[in-house]
Amino acid sequence: MRRALPPLVCATMLAALWLVFMAVPTEREMGIVQRIFYFHVASAWVAFLGFFLVAGASAVYLWNGARAADRLAEAAAEVGVLFCTLVLVTGPIWARPVWGVWWTWDPRLTMTVILWAIYASYLMLRAFGGEDEAVRRYAAVLGIVGVLDIPLIMVSVRLLRGIHPAVITRNEGGSGLVDPWMRAGLVVSALALVLLAAWLIALRMRTARLAEEVAALRREALAHGGEAA
Amino acid sequence: MRGALAILAKDLRIEWRTRESLASVFVLGVLLLVVLTVAHDPTPEAAPALAPAVLWVSFVFTGLAGIQRGFLLERENDCLAGLLTAPVDPADIYAGKLAANVVLLGATQAVVVPLAGLFLHADLWPVLPGLLAVLLLGNLGFAALATLFSAVAARTRARETLLPLLFLPLALPLLIGAVQATQAVLAGGLGAAREAVAVLVAFDVIFGVAGWLLFAYVVRD
Amino acid sequence: MSDPPVRAEGLVRAFAGTPVLAGVDLVVRAGEAVVLLGPNGAGKTTLLRILALLLRPGGGRLALFGTDARAAPPALRRRIGYVGHESLCYPDLTAGENLAFYARLFDVPDATARIAELIGWAGLELAAHRPVRTYSRGMAQRLALARALLHGPDLLLLDEPFAGLDPEAVAMLQRCLGALRAAGHAIVLTTHDLERAAPVATRLAILHRGRVAWTQEGAPEPMVVAAAYQAVVAGRA
Repeated sequence: MRRALPPLVCATMLAALWLVFMAVPTEREMGIVQRIFYFHVASAWVAFLGFFLVAGASAVYLWNGARAADRLAEAAAEVGVLFCTLVLVTGPIWARPVWGVWWTWDPRLTMTVILWAIYASYLMLRAFGGEDEAVRRYAAVLGIVGVLDIPLIMVSVRLLRGIHPAVITRNEGGSGLVDPWMRAGLVVSALALVLLAAWLIALRMRTARLAEEVAALRREALAHGGEAA
Repeated sequence: MRGALAILAKDLRIEWRTRESLASVFVLGVLLLVVLTVAHDPTPEAAPALAPAVLWVSFVFTGLAGIQRGFLLERENDCLAGLLTAPVDPADIYAGKLAANVVLLGATQAVVVPLAGLFLHADLWPVLPGLLAVLLLGNLGFAALATLFSAVAARTRARETLLPLLFLPLALPLLIGAVQATQAVLAGGLGAAREAVAVLVAFDVIFGVAGWLLFAYVVRD
Repeated sequence: MSDPPVRAEGLVRAFAGTPVLAGVDLVVRAGEAVVLLGPNGAGKTTLLRILALLLRPGGGRLALFGTDARAAPPALRRRIGYVGHESLCYPDLTAGENLAFYARLFDVPDATARIAELIGWAGLELAAHRPVRTYSRGMAQRLALARALLHGPDLLLLDEPFAGLDPEAVAMLQRCLGALRAAGHAIVLTTHDLERAAPVATRLAILHRGRVAWTQEGAPEPMVVAAAYQAVVAGRA
């Protein structure tokens, strides 16, 4: 399975790039810059999925203490924050030519920022929580609480600027995509990024496992070295 | 349940006994109120509109400071071990501490809210019942989340610096709901705040239950 | 024979990857007082905290009074009393208030009388209305002991209980432990100071590098124990 990923990722990425830049027709209103949309939305889906993956792995870790589950949660959080950052970077790049502003506090953007902040706090906890086994448990608790927050975030951000009409409306998801090439572009981009994320997660998990093995070997060597002396 | 009540009583007694250091939390609330108002420098007409945001920002920072104390007091003399060797369910420890934190938050608000009415020329009296309801709902959600994560922060290396980092992103829906609800209540009473209040209630229920279930994983080694 | 208070097999525990306990076997029966010696870092506190159900072992089996420690129902905690390095008492509350709190948690019957009894036993009547913060080390230690005995536990676990006590307090503690042992309770205590613990012990064990490296029934001569200790630490045992 792992052997199959790299060529698969390359293939889907190339397909996606070809579709997005060659095959897909230029959008009528927004022009060329709309092509960002495919990777922007796909990244958002991956970031979202990452959240659920972190929560699921965290729940498994709390349930049976499986180290692999903990490594998966950590890897998924790191990759998730990466894609969330991509969303927050590609968004303004798209927004500026189209709407004239770099940023606006509309519900979706606000939610993405909050998700990014939760991801970031998870990584902060892992970084500054200390070396002890307990930090893994705390991070798992945070991972689960984070995903529980998502419906609340979605509902509460719609309260913002409730009285003022939305200055900028966006149509995302399927609503603007009549053209079959556009639909294909989105699906393939999503597939490419999901596979890319999976590959990165697998690599990251392997790195974590190797790091643990090295640390264990080092401890053993120190212990035996001490006895010999 | 008995354990939770005992812990609530014990925490309140300690807070009362050490009320000198508790006063610093109150003073912090008042100072934040002053700083935020002065930074805006609003006209008397514009001032009441600031009230919801100013109030809740003050509450967030004083709340975090106050709740952090709650777990630091369990660190002294390894008292948490005393709780954990007792036949008390960790969920009961959570419930007791949550209740104590709600009382603490309410006490701070009893000082800050009237002052806010004064500084921001906001007439709070006619909407008082609605305002109190919103404050209570906000406090419950705040305490539900903060109690869980102050236990985490207290047991890590970074201690106090970690709590805001963990708490604030997760608490944003609560903050948004509370500010919107306060705004609506000040404008037209509790009825106008229905949507925002629904968010607060949902937050309270979801994180109250989550904290109840997850607390054991935080305190039990 | 009914279930012993402590039956531990192969207890393992690591912190941040560093092993602290590497396979501890220990059985403690009612009426026994086991004294654990060992150099710093041998794992004495860790072992005691595992027995007190404060820590979970990373491996091995532990049964207290026949019940698997992993299940650890509340009723089991009622039978254990723990005295740690610190007093486990809230510094801003008085001795009476601390004991009243724990009496509520442990559901001690006739709490007021029991608390008064223990305060008298610990010699804290005069200090009973001052916050624990103002107590001397000896007073805090006696309060910690009173706290552990409040609910009448069958198994008493003490982590270096003699540290910082004056001779009078040491004698009182020795009498108390002797009486408890005679009454059929089980005691496990850790110490650096063999001389103070020896009068109480029915068995001595030396913990080294996370294992029980030496054990002897009865109350052996301090010289014998000291020699064994040197041998263990030097790696010859």
